[in-house]
Amino acid sequence: MLAGALVLFALVMALLAWAFVKPAAGSRIPVRFWLAGGGLVLPALVLTPLILVAIWSGDRLVLHAGTEVPLRIEITARQWQWDVAYPDAEDGPRASVNLLHIPAGRPVELRITSADVIHSFWVPRLAGKIDAIPGHINTLRLEATVPGIYRGVCAEFCGGGHAGMNFTVEAHDVAAYAAQLARLADSADDGPADTRSAEAAP
Amino acid sequence: MTDSRATNPSPPSPLRLHKQLDAVWGTPPGWERLKAVNHNIVGRRFIVTAFVFFAIGGVLAMLIRAQLATPRSAFAGPEIYNQLFTMHGTVMMFLFAIPMFEGLAMYLLPKLLGARDMAFPRLSAYGYWCYLFGGAMLIASLFAGVAPDSGWFMYTPLSSRTHTPGINADVWLLGVTFVEISALSAAIEIIVTILKLRAPGMSLDKMPLFAWYLLVTAFMMLFGFPPLILGSILLETERAFGFPFFDPTRGGDPLLWQHLFWLFGHPEVYIIFLPAAGAVSTILPVLARREIIGYTWIVVAVVALAFLSFGLWVHHMFTVGIPHLALAFFSSASTAVAVPTAIQIFAWIGTLMAGRPQLKVPMLYLLGFFSVFVVGGLTGVMLAIVPFNWQVHDTHFVVAHLHYVLVGGFVFPMLAAAYYWLPHFTGRRPRYDLGVPTFWLIFIGFNLTFLVMHWTGLMGMPRRVYTYAPDAGWTWLNLVSSIGGFMMAMGFALFAADMFLQARFGRRGARNPWNAPTLDWATPTPPPSYNFASLPSVADRAPLAATPDLGVKLAAGNGYLGFVRDGRLETLGVDMVSGRINQVIRLPSPTLLPLVSALATGSFFVALLFKLYTLAPIAFVAAIATLLLWTRTTGARADSGPVAIGHGEAALPQSESPAAPARQAMGLALAADATAYLSLVFGLLFLWVVAPNWPPPELFQPGIAVSALAILGSVVAALAGQQAALPGSLASGTRREGWLALAIAGNGLALIAWVLLLAAVPDPARHGYAASVFALLTYTALHAAFGILFAAYGIRRSRSGFVSAARALDIAVLAPWHSFTLALTGVTLLLLHGLPMAMGS
Repeated sequence: MLAGALVLFALVMALLAWAFVKPAAGSRIPVRFWLAGGGLVLPALVLTPLILVAIWSGDRLVLHAGTEVPLRIEITARQWQWDVAYPDAEDGPRASVNLLHIPAGRPVELRITSADVIHSFWVPRLAGKIDAIPGHINTLRLEATVPGIYRGVCAEFCGGGHAGMNFTVEAHDVAAYAAQLARLADSADDGPADTRSAEAAP
Repeated sequence: MTDSRATNPSPPSPLRLHKQLDAVWGTPPGWERLKAVNHNIVGRRFIVTAFVFFAIGGVLAMLIRAQLATPRSAFAGPEIYNQLFTMHGTVMMFLFAIPMFEGLAMYLLPKLLGARDMAFPRLSAYGYWCYLFGGAMLIASLFAGVAPDSGWFMYTPLSSRTHTPGINADVWLLGVTFVEISALSAAIEIIVTILKLRAPGMSLDKMPLFAWYLLVTAFMMLFGFPPLILGSILLETERAFGFPFFDPTRGGDPLLWQHLFWLFGHPEVYIIFLPAAGAVSTILPVLARREIIGYTWIVVAVVALAFLSFGLWVHHMFTVGIPHLALAFFSSASTAVAVPTAIQIFAWIGTLMAGRPQLKVPMLYLLGFFSVFVVGGLTGVMLAIVPFNWQVHDTHFVVAHLHYVLVGGFVFPMLAAAYYWLPHFTGRRPRYDLGVPTFWLIFIGFNLTFLVMHWTGLMGMPRRVYTYAPDAGWTWLNLVSSIGGFMMAMGFALFAADMFLQARFGRRGARNPWNAPTLDWATPTPPPSYNFASLPSVADRAPLAATPDLGVKLAAGNGYLGFVRDGRLETLGVDMVSGRINQVIRLPSPTLLPLVSALATGSFFVALLFKLYTLAPIAFVAAIATLLLWTRTTGARADSGPVAIGHGEAALPQSESPAAPARQAMGLALAADATAYLSLVFGLLFLWVVAPNWPPPELFQPGIAVSALAILGSVVAALAGQQAALPGSLASGTRREGWLALAIAGNGLALIAWVLLLAAVPDPARHGYAASVFALLTYTALHAAFGILFAAYGIRRSRSGFVSAARALDIAVLAPWHSFTLALTGVTLLLLHGLPMAMGS
């Protein structure tokens, strides 16, 4: 897209420059060349393939066709933290705050909602963003191909603590993942909540 | 062209004619200026006030950039910062961009069209005062430290009472709604002026392109603003009285606000861009010394753009969880706007290439427009691509994109327009000493600020964060943006200085310094209060090219209406399509009434803001009463028949013309009204289908007898309203007043029914369903109440001698109101009865 945009931009600028360097240079070019050529044919040539690729890749991101039923994790955003619940953990439900543990190499389905205002869940290196809206549950599938630590932020303005509403995603290999979950508290309210990555909220 | 053998009654010398005209059209100095309704004065006020708000918005932007220049800056905390960016967006959108082009349109339109003023000068003045007072309310809140702080699109529940308990959000909802009165009134006025107040002979296809652009823009405003105004009223009602339209725990939905907001918000972008594009299409061919290519293509493209723009609002909501198939539709529609935009861009390029362009200062700014706007358009196509949008939505990439579109698509063309039309405002020669360095400061500063901001966003910086960590990797990019921002600010300071110096000290020059072909340059410069001493007739799109000395001929009184009749302010009205003369329009003299009405309207909004709910209805009634007072000086008490207009021709006065501007204005007002009503209906249906916690705990079953009473009353009122306006009834005082009395009775019956139904609605604070039903009933009931008022007004006008078989205007203009109320009645009752059945099954 960037290359295409640069070419189109250069084209427009070159035409403008030409108009000033060589006055009346285009006086014999038929009007229709500009209007039908530039206004209809050019956008059609550029936009049609772009749209098709966009829909195809968007679908791929949404569906992950052919993969096994992904692991479900529930995320509730609130001013100004992220509560994470793991209903499918092996020894009963587990919870964490501002820290999301996922297994690497397999897709995870996040079910995201909000307890107060609208927030938006975004881990730039793993997936696009999805809003956390009170009264609605949005799903986002993401997959970390390699274990590691990924930073996440709240992308929708949500009040005074918006700038500090960050979180961390830790992707573990499958063996370490179960062990990690077992070490978590069984709900976000009791036990020492894991808030390692929380920025000091102002 | 003008006929030099004109035979006006007693053609005086140009100077005497000027004195006679100025005596009736002019506005005396001093305190009398408060009475100004003339478009020259009101238009200039809009422009200057908008520029002052632009400066305020610019200072806010500088404070934002100061805060973001360094990581962990201690300059402003989140409480202050959130007010800064919310107000920056609000001020630039609502207090700068829209009023700026409204002012330019008011000033220029009558001149471009060959008329003496806008169709409703007092409405212009009223709109201006509403804009000034509403804007002042918003700015005052900034100084009081309680400015809106939920972002300029006010997403709820953040803007709800729970999460914004102070008056910050109320200031936004009430202040912006107050200001938007001026946008709606300007929309109606611009449409009627363009369609009816043109020079004789100027058929639609001979209209200057600028008028086409403004016509389309005004229609977009007419349909774009009602959803926002309705949404603001609903949100304010939720905040003030707890009606849960947007509260998901009680059957509301925050997404409803987003739909209503962007239903306005996306067309808004084109509402801002199109007038600027109109300025480009006007200035560019003049400086290219060639007629623009593809007039018809451009008109079709602009109309297409307007339609498309109402179908894309969802592209602001790609991340709210809408199914991908629907997103694909809105994504394609969003990229499709590239087509009409490209047609315009290539029409301009083709015109430049075919012409011999001069690199004068306005052209420099137009080139700035091209380079900046094309980048904004290209990133716009990128943003329409859903997977890309998911990544960059709500980041600084979007901030960069929208500034490229709005500064490129509006500010640069407006700067070009300022340099192009300044000689018209001042009558002084254009000078370039400061214009060129100003351009480079603004242009380089702008790109420095916003080009790098694309990368800031791609690197993951969300928008609206008041601070960021030093290790985030955005430090240098932000510092560069801040430096660029301050450079741009200096450029704008220099621009203001340049405008002031040229207006104050420039040397007097001849009219039409650019050899422009349009009628605006046929007035003397600076223009007299009446624009043209006599009105031109037009035979093609370039009247000044065909008759270069047209201005002199008109000043000598060689056109139409080159005289003053009985101290009246007169201009010509024409047939919408053909441009044939069909009436003489009498315009109002200076009066304090618009200011008085705006003060009463302002009291209403202030009372709501401070929760003085006993005072609010009093202020509301006062506002309506003062608005009705306006009619005391309009209309005629005797039939006159056709009056002379010069050239041996005659036309009916508007009070006797079936094509009077007021009747079209009523139709347009009802179209806006219907849009607001349909937005409310959409809200109810949307909540039903989408909102959580449905079905409601308690359904509302309206009584059959009461519903029948409402229908009966509305049908009687509608029929009686129609009957009163028929020629047979108009001829007899008792007959027309009898029908109007019946219309009062009908509306009264309906009103009783609505009040009974309202009393039976379950507690509207408990559920979104009851709240929506309550709102629908109130909306319809208000129409019945106004129906009573309007019919009573008709009787009063009839008794005062303003109505006859020929002078039908006062009765005919209000007849559609009762029919419209009947339509509302039908839809409201259908919904109230149908919805419980649909939900019960």
